Amino acid sequence: MYDTLYHCPTRLEDVEQLLVESEDILCLAGGMTLIPSLKQRLMMPDALVDLAKVLSRTIRLEDAHLVIGAGARHVDVARSDLVQRHIPALAALAGGIGDPMVRNRGTLGGSLANNDPAADYPAALLALRGEVVTNRRRLSAPSFLTGMFETALEQGEVITEVRFAIPKAAAYHKCRQGASGFALAGVFLTRFADGVDSAVTGVASQAYQDPDMIAALQTGSLADWQPDDDDFLSDMHADLPYRTALLKHAANEAWKAITPT
Amino acid sequence: MKLTVNGQAVQASPPARMLLSEFLREELRLTGTHVGCDTSQCGACTVHLNGEAVKSCSVLAVACDGAELRTIEGIEHRLQEAMIRHHGLQCGFCTAGVIMAGLDMIRRHGTALDRTLIRAELEGNICRCTGYHGMVEAIYEVSRDV
Repeated sequence: MYDTLYHCPTRLEDVEQLLVESEDILCLAGGMTLIPSLKQRLMMPDALVDLAKVLSRTIRLEDAHLVIGAGARHVDVARSDLVQRHIPALAALAGGIGDPMVRNRGTLGGSLANNDPAADYPAALLALRGEVVTNRRRLSAPSFLTGMFETALEQGEVITEVRFAIPKAAAYHKCRQGASGFALAGVFLTRFADGVDSAVTGVASQAYQDPDMIAALQTGSLADWQPDDDDFLSDMHADLPYRTALLKHAANEAWKAITPT
Repeated sequence: MKLTVNGQAVQASPPARMLLSEFLREELRLTGTHVGCDTSQCGACTVHLNGEAVKSCSVLAVACDGAELRTIEGIEHRLQEAMIRHHGLQCGFCTAGVIMAGLDMIRRHGTALDRTLIRAELEGNICRCTGYHGMVEAIYEVSRDV
């Protein structure tokens, strides 16, 4: 295990101060990506600041949004009565991350801050017109997600809550990588009063919204939609044609799930 | 830091780099918790942290200040007997983790567990001997009357 310094402050101001003062420090939330990365020396920070004592896990309803504390673990979101009642697709998404032991530790804030290209939550954030609330400001989903493993978070900035708009209907369909549970292709579709929305994860450098897919959904059929695969990932788990086929499959399945029969 | 391990008070000051699995095995000599991989996938190191199953190889020992931990050494449960009867183990390396994960899923789902759900819930525990069938049967049997 990589040797590093460990801090566990009880006040958010102290977290912020540590982050600002140190050159090479990382936030530790549930640690389900960070600890394995430290073990493999994929990350080698001088210090860690544990957010366990400063982040909220509470989930509340506010102005037609679900507002979820950044410290809420996947198990908390999956089992929450509020989430199951208002955005069941989000509860199901959280219940499909990793495995039970990972869901008992991994957090919403940690997943979004990591912005893994195959993670589930970034797709939910985009399609549910979400906003990331930090100790300094509020960011829309597209402005927060800035690239593969990159976000708009600045030095000293910590995610405190995440807001998800409550849609009329929503569905997430993921084709999982068998060993890790990460998305080889995942599609989150939503239906709001003013139209449908969508987000794709797992296929490119980060989760994104495909305007062509949304246009096709507005016509009521995905039959003529062809994903633009210029920047698609292609690897041993799924080469380009297979990944594209999985994406189409995921989109069709999610569309069936939110389309009244 | 102060914590409770299998009901006993423990006081320690582990270095920041020490994983909970290393702390349990090397400091407390509770070697029933196994370490089968370096990538947080195998689940052999599963323990209960404040009543919930976690992979102890992916938790820092220093992060467990004030926690209540339970390892396989602190378990005396019908599931262990059922695992033997249903041939839920062969080499035994994964068994402690499977039992800790099995108890966690019984706690969460109770009688709602069926064999399909048990198989899905076991995805964080890798077994290379048994083919899982015996452990699924053992967990299912015990979940019937909780």
